[in-house]
Amino acid sequence: MKKILRHRMFWPVIALLALIVLNTIARPSFISITVQNGQLYGALIDILRNSAPLMLVSLGMMIVIATRGIDLSVGAIMAVSGAVALTIIADSPSPDDLGTVLVAILVGVLVSLLLGIWNGFLVAVVGVQPIIATLVLMLAGRGVALLITGGFITTINSAPYKFMAQGYVIGLPFAFFVSIAAIVIVALIERRTALGVLTEAVGINPEASRLAGVRARGIIWGAYAASGVLAGFAGILYTSNIMAADANAAGLYIELYAILAVVLGGTSLAGGKFTVAGTVVGVFTIETLRSTILFLGVPSAVAPLFLAIVVVIVVLVQSQRLRGAVAKLAQALRPKKPEVAR
Amino acid sequence: MTMVDQAPVVEVVGATVRFPAELALDRVDFRMFAGEVHSLMGENGAGKSTLIKALTGALPLDAGVIRLHGEQVRFSTPHDALAAGISTVYQEIDLLPNLTVAENIWLGREPRHLGVIDWRRMRTAARGVLVDLGLDIDPASLLGTHSLAVQQLVAIARAISTEVKVLVLDEPTSSLDLDEVAELFRVIRELKQRGVAILFVSHFLDQVYEICDRVTVLRGGRLVGEYLTRELLRIDLVQKMLGRSSGELVTRQRSDPPTAELTAPYLSARGIEAPGIDGVDVDLVEGEVLGVAGLLGSGRSELARAITGVDGITSGVIRIAGTPRHPRQPRQAISLGVVYSSENRRTDGIISELSIRENITLALQAQRGILHRIPASRERELAASWIDALDIRPSDPERAAGTLSGGNQQKLLLARLLALAPRALVLDEPTRGIDVGAKVEIQNLVTELADNGLSVMFISAELEEVLRVSNRVLVMRGGELVGSHAADSLTVDSLLAMVARPDDEG
Repeated sequence: MKKILRHRMFWPVIALLALIVLNTIARPSFISITVQNGQLYGALIDILRNSAPLMLVSLGMMIVIATRGIDLSVGAIMAVSGAVALTIIADSPSPDDLGTVLVAILVGVLVSLLLGIWNGFLVAVVGVQPIIATLVLMLAGRGVALLITGGFITTINSAPYKFMAQGYVIGLPFAFFVSIAAIVIVALIERRTALGVLTEAVGINPEASRLAGVRARGIIWGAYAASGVLAGFAGILYTSNIMAADANAAGLYIELYAILAVVLGGTSLAGGKFTVAGTVVGVFTIETLRSTILFLGVPSAVAPLFLAIVVVIVVLVQSQRLRGAVAKLAQALRPKKPEVAR
Repeated sequence: MTMVDQAPVVEVVGATVRFPAELALDRVDFRMFAGEVHSLMGENGAGKSTLIKALTGALPLDAGVIRLHGEQVRFSTPHDALAAGISTVYQEIDLLPNLTVAENIWLGREPRHLGVIDWRRMRTAARGVLVDLGLDIDPASLLGTHSLAVQQLVAIARAISTEVKVLVLDEPTSSLDLDEVAELFRVIRELKQRGVAILFVSHFLDQVYEICDRVTVLRGGRLVGEYLTRELLRIDLVQKMLGRSSGELVTRQRSDPPTAELTAPYLSARGIEAPGIDGVDVDLVEGEVLGVAGLLGSGRSELARAITGVDGITSGVIRIAGTPRHPRQPRQAISLGVVYSSENRRTDGIISELSIRENITLALQAQRGILHRIPASRERELAASWIDALDIRPSDPERAAGTLSGGNQQKLLLARLLALAPRALVLDEPTRGIDVGAKVEIQNLVTELADNGLSVMFISAELEEVLRVSNRVLVMRGGELVGSHAADSLTVDSLLAMVARPDDEG
């Protein structure tokens, strides 16, 4: 029991479960899942589907944060990759052709990779502080996306493209499978190879890692490139959901949600140790919160405040120091047993 | 000097501190007198830092009392202790390098005028305190621009800028060179004249004997005794600290005489120029320990970093196994069998939050590359065998490296490097700030490795240690090599003379 309590995943999981329970009490339909035409429907299924873009972005953010960095440009990269993909499909004579769609996705993601490499170059080679280096692209990226779409919101009709965010496979949303694939690939690459532990070493102590012969520069560079690619895929999913490339709205504020998800999951912003499972739980927590806000009918202007309050509560619950203080208080309030003489 | 009939300034009676797993202090008595320098001695884990923390309000006593001028006091925070006149300067300088000297001295109690910081008065007052310490620096300069020694003195200036009765100096000399230590001692003597009671904690026996009037020895959380320094023989002191016969302390003698003439050096550097070193030649011969003696800033660390690819060289030739090589990254030097351990094991050595196992296998894993992960079972075996071979304690391979004591962290670093099966091992101050027992173990290990054919470069500020471990000794001064001698032909005094000679006489 003590072991479970001490496990670093314990409190993030408790926070998520508590949210689900509260939602279920508020509206019992929250937890119910119905089957229509062999497809599953329900609030939980929506959460699984809608969380996909944030999941991809957060996984990339986690890797970057582990190296002591941060990537603020993920939202802008999403806008660029969506704009590139949709422009290719819109200009193509056969938008419903699977080949066209695959090319569009590939080019969109490749452009994102280049943007990630640019970020990594600034941080790992030039030595710019991560927050500044990625701020450049955060501001410039949306301008690039607007240039690509010619200043308009590009809309398309393409069945295969639409399928990615809105289609179903064996009863579950296709986007959920994209999430799963990303989680599995990231977990395998980080934990089956030595990349994970070397990334942590670089994040905890860059100079000591260099002295031990770790290729710190390459690892940091690679982290930003991976973040770029994952954000690129997220941009594809996002545009597939609304079938439009909106350079100003795509991935807006997602960098902040991603950072939140990573931190809620128990990875420290100071870099070093990271947990894939924690980040996954963090993403689901945030997505559940968003669903709650929607259900409660919180006015959209107030929604960020509501989210902020809940996040503060969740972070406080996870705080080691606060838990210690509460335990002490509880002990002080408990009636004292008479001291037994030895 | 000592007036025994005088009442102590501060007195701790029956101090007991319990940690969940152990009794850190067990009914320890301790007292300090005005105008006296008192040393607290003991190996790591003896309870020195626990006692200091209790005395300075950083840790509550579970039992026992503290009396200041005969009156019982209770410190629940370091601030209480400070207000009562007990100031502390910690080993790791806890000042802010990006603030000015004056700001650092007055931090948290800035002189104010109408609620606004009075910068002029602050600087004038700071200058006053600094001049008292014989330190002529601009109070408006940034602290970070000064040497470690000056920073240390600023920390002391901060500590004595209040009405200080008791000054606690925890390992104040561990990053100072000989001149700087002399400077610090001058300040300590002056404070002594003023009637301040000073607690001086140091691993350097020489320094303890030079500056301290009284010694309290702790072992395993218990009081061994309190002695007047002039009445306690050095060998007796060591024996009391270790609690075992000091006979074991004698390092084993090197078995083979050096055969430098017969063997070609594994690493041979000629005319090495780099920031801080000027035209140095060095040969690392297999089976030989090459000691490097020199003061801080003599170029001893710079030389080590230059030939191991840490800092790179601006000119010169390095031949490794006969081939000219110029490693520009430690990674490249490692692949050529030349490995380096930094003098700063905390900042440039261990990865504190990773486990002992991960730390041991880190360099090997980095060498194999990301894709060739060491299998988990092999990794566990490796860690276990090195923990066993170097007697790293605690021996739990999953424990975070940052929780280990200094000596064990050093062993961990050695294990990481030895796991690479290197040909040349460059160790910069491997025994600095670690307890006597671990120190001897590391010295023994170094000679043993050399006996097994490894080439070792051993840098140390302690001349005795350099002589004991090395076959040959390089002497460095002002970035230049000023001598290379067989260790047998040297004594501590002759070596000291070479190391310390001012340049104009050389």
